[in-house]
Amino acid sequence: MRELALHILDIMENSLIADADLIKVFIKEDIKADRLIIKIADNGSGMEEKQAKEVLNPFVTQRTEREVGLGLSLFQAAAKRCEGDFNLASVLGEGTKVEAIFKYSHLDRAPLGDLAATLAGFIATNGDEIDLNYEHIYNDAKFIFNTKEVKKELTGLSITNLKIINWIKSYLEEGLREIRGGEV
Amino acid sequence: MKSLEELRQLRDKVEKEMKMRDESNRPEIIIGMGTCGIAAGAREILQAVLAELEKRDVDAKVTQTGCIGMCEREPLLDVKMPGKDRITYGNLKLNDVKRIITEHVINENIVQELAIARMDN
Repeated sequence: MRELALHILDIMENSLIADADLIKVFIKEDIKADRLIIKIADNGSGMEEKQAKEVLNPFVTQRTEREVGLGLSLFQAAAKRCEGDFNLASVLGEGTKVEAIFKYSHLDRAPLGDLAATLAGFIATNGDEIDLNYEHIYNDAKFIFNTKEVKKELTGLSITNLKIINWIKSYLEEGLREIRGGEV
Repeated sequence: MKSLEELRQLRDKVEKEMKMRDESNRPEIIIGMGTCGIAAGAREILQAVLAELEKRDVDAKVTQTGCIGMCEREPLLDVKMPGKDRITYGNLKLNDVKRIITEHVINENIVQELAIARMDN
């Protein structure tokens, strides 16, 4: 994938399939330590131990439409080629956690990409069914966004309304710009 | 910095507009968001759909689906007009989105050149 944001979106799609109603996305850009950490955790159906082991194999999928399952293995490969690490932890009935660690300055590391458009797009199509808790750290600065907070203000109006989605997208863009000290 | 106060004002404004609309009879646009779709540009297609709907002030429900097994035809987008068959469009380019929304969602004419499948209502 051209952007790490697209990997994140792809993993969030897994959470939908696992019937999660909460996804936590945590991103830490630690420039001093030259590390980028991405964690995605859901409260979906989780996997059995055997399945959690198999799922990183690109020739294994739970679906019947085709015989390969690429999402997790692609994300793992992206981390591994950047002197990074990748962990998958899943508990049946409780949820799944994915963690990818990258050497921040590695030449092969894809850019994080357009996180605001990615997350706003996800909320536009799934926001009524699922909540998103997003935390982004850039060195010592932190930005937090939570759809539950937004829904509280909306008092019944759908979070998928286009004008609300645009507001969320700008809110995310602004928040990220702020913690990165003005850069996008 | 954008504030929650601003969000509250926006909500009040949107709520007034919404009262004029019929929620039950909305067109539905469904985007393929499996790994294959995402890799082929589904996120950009979704952004283009949202932008076009807003520009033309069309009230549609935008949803998504996972991989449906037509990975080589991604990015895929389906249009389901109320009471009509569901039409699948494939191998989409960003420019196609505008056309599908104008011709199919607004004027209710299927864009034959881009359509690849039909699912009965």
